Amino acid sequence: MEMWFSQMHTSNVKQSIRIDKQLFSGQSEYQRIDVFDSQEFGKFIALDGDIVFSDKDEFIYDEMVTHVPMAVHPNVKDVLIIGGGDGGVAKELLAYDSVENIDVVETDEMFVEVCKELFPETAEGLADPRVHVYYQDGLRFLRKTANAYDLIINDSTDPFGHTEGLFTKEFYGSCYKALREDGIMVYQHGSPFYDEDEMACRSMHRKVCRSFPISRVYQAHIPTCPSGYWLFGFASKKYHPIEDFRPKWWNDKKIQTWYYTTNLHTGAFMLPKYVEDLLEEEENE
Amino acid sequence: MSQLNQTRAPIYEALERFRKKRVVPFDVPGHKRGRGNPELVELLGEKCVGLDVNSMKPLDNLCHPVSVIREAEELTAEAFGAEHAFLMIGGTTSAVQSMIMSVCKAGDKIILPRNVHKSAINAMILCGVVPVYVNPEVDVKLGISLGMELSQVEKAIVENPDAVAVLVNNPTYYGICSDLRSIVKLAHAHGLKVLADEAHGTHLYFGKNLPVSGMAAGVDMAAISMHKSGGSLTQSSILLCNNGMNADYVRQIINLTQTTSASYLLLASLDISRRNLALRGEESFERVMEMAEYARGEINNIGGFYAYGKDLVNGGSIYDFDVTKLSIYTLGNGLAGIEVYDLLRDEYDIQIEFGDICNILAYISIGDRQQDIERLVGALADIERLYKKDSTGMLAGEYISPIVQVSPQKAFYSEKEMLPIEQTEGKICGEFVMCYPPGIPILAPGELITKEVIEYIIYAKQKGCSMQGTEDPNVAKLNVIKGMIS
Repeated sequence: MEMWFSQMHTSNVKQSIRIDKQLFSGQSEYQRIDVFDSQEFGKFIALDGDIVFSDKDEFIYDEMVTHVPMAVHPNVKDVLIIGGGDGGVAKELLAYDSVENIDVVETDEMFVEVCKELFPETAEGLADPRVHVYYQDGLRFLRKTANAYDLIINDSTDPFGHTEGLFTKEFYGSCYKALREDGIMVYQHGSPFYDEDEMACRSMHRKVCRSFPISRVYQAHIPTCPSGYWLFGFASKKYHPIEDFRPKWWNDKKIQTWYYTTNLHTGAFMLPKYVEDLLEEEENE
Repeated sequence: MSQLNQTRAPIYEALERFRKKRVVPFDVPGHKRGRGNPELVELLGEKCVGLDVNSMKPLDNLCHPVSVIREAEELTAEAFGAEHAFLMIGGTTSAVQSMIMSVCKAGDKIILPRNVHKSAINAMILCGVVPVYVNPEVDVKLGISLGMELSQVEKAIVENPDAVAVLVNNPTYYGICSDLRSIVKLAHAHGLKVLADEAHGTHLYFGKNLPVSGMAAGVDMAAISMHKSGGSLTQSSILLCNNGMNADYVRQIINLTQTTSASYLLLASLDISRRNLALRGEESFERVMEMAEYARGEINNIGGFYAYGKDLVNGGSIYDFDVTKLSIYTLGNGLAGIEVYDLLRDEYDIQIEFGDICNILAYISIGDRQQDIERLVGALADIERLYKKDSTGMLAGEYISPIVQVSPQKAFYSEKEMLPIEQTEGKICGEFVMCYPPGIPILAPGELITKEVIEYIIYAKQKGCSMQGTEDPNVAKLNVIKGMIS
């Protein structure tokens, strides 16, 4: 017997993963949620048919959105995670003693429940007393918030689904307002490789670099993302991701990682020429 | 009529039956189910071009309906509580014009507010009706025209005993309603017909706790934009008649200007939308009201913006308010409505219905989702943070009382000359000037051009309103009646 899960990377390219069994399928108010078990990627969760994370590659993404800003900002106390109902990013952040409060704002309660049930080792990040989960629309939550966070991580991946409001100028503007005067925002920047994703990627950079004085992009290899190549955005009011980077401070903390290193930190900001070009085009527009 | 069943959609069902028969077309349209125009099929899809068929016995004929279109019209009449309904495919413009031309003849007077859609004044150019404008009260702060006060309508009726009809906006674009029931009672007592322009009022027939609909208030005819809150395709509309109207005569009037090749895409969309409204309209509009009320509350918390609602109701010029309309006053943040309208589109990828000098209108409908409402509110909050200015020196969109010198028809067909707009003071206008949307004329043919009208037009142009109606595409020159000075 062969069972395959396929996700469309573009209308002409798909990635297929052989499935052992389906562990969950349900329709929430916002999206269809499926969880599968597979030989190659272990358990993975898909929203409306697109993989959000798998056992096998989740660490890459959680580490890259967490340690990059944490190794730059000298004193992060209050963190806001938009999306992130799986708890992976919160879990990563709990390794830092300076972090006093982590607010997780997730629209879809069913998503959190499914993660708690089927990905308990990831979701345990939500159980810590420093973590508070709010089931709310991210834009609505931010509207009432000003000057309250040192770090905002936008953990939402899909600029076209029900989270599209988290990839808009109003969202980036609201994040700017919600951050303290030296705050940093890190966000999913999509993949620049395929034509249909390139537009979304350009549009994000255009909006962010007009909302924040410092706006840099960094990269990682994530096999379940379209083309396997993924970008993150680093938007900041004060700190530069390379100039204000503190490798020694970070290495002294001896945090266990599998992807992030302080060498990789610097390297991740060194982008291929075609990506540099398209970002520069948006900056100079 | 007990045999009517609102779950039916006779036109749609007839089209389905017809499709399954696979009839070979040797009639128009010449694209023959799209085969002759593959690019059109690529654009619209096979299903859509396959529905683009000609009138024929199994599908009836809109000009003289006897079978499925007639049944669809009967179902529509029942759903709207009317005696008779006409499916219209020339926009609500055609419904408004047919309404006026059905009750007025050349030289007749009609009583109406000046903030009518241009289609009403166009009808007067076509058939030579003379307007008697009831000056609406104006909300000085918001700069919008309100409803017609009963006492003002009575004054107009007494002063113009030869008037034959009253036309009422129910509601206005901004959501404001006049006391329609009392106006109907008054007009009927004086032997006048009452026409309701319900281009923005389809939902009044289905939602609960909304202002009274035209038919329920006893108006004689009503023009309904099904394609606005009703969900049908753009350009499809409905004309309703109440007891005492001669529907066969109204059909003749409609056929004066209506195409003999009615689009079945539009007809089927009216049929399906009527069914949807009859079956699910009440719950749909309840949701629309909830979303609009939520947005109003959130927007009023931002600061500087004022999303008005039932709080405006004063029992007279604002007899009632349609809470599905999300009208927002923007001058509090030093921004003209049209400036916010442009910012929302250019900076936030949000397209709203219109922006005028002081207000914007976001159209909330059965197609909206909560997350889109959050985007709109979020964008307005961001605009308040980034673009707020001092509001001194900003023009309020005050009502400029029109001075009608000659009838619209006479003015339109007079010999005219084109003058730079600055030199037209004291002349009589020979054409329309309006911002679109909303399409309510600033100047109409036959009206005196005053200094304040000229200032208003120049200011609106400066602020970025899209002006139209004039022969000069740049609206730098106006056609005025030659030789005539008031």
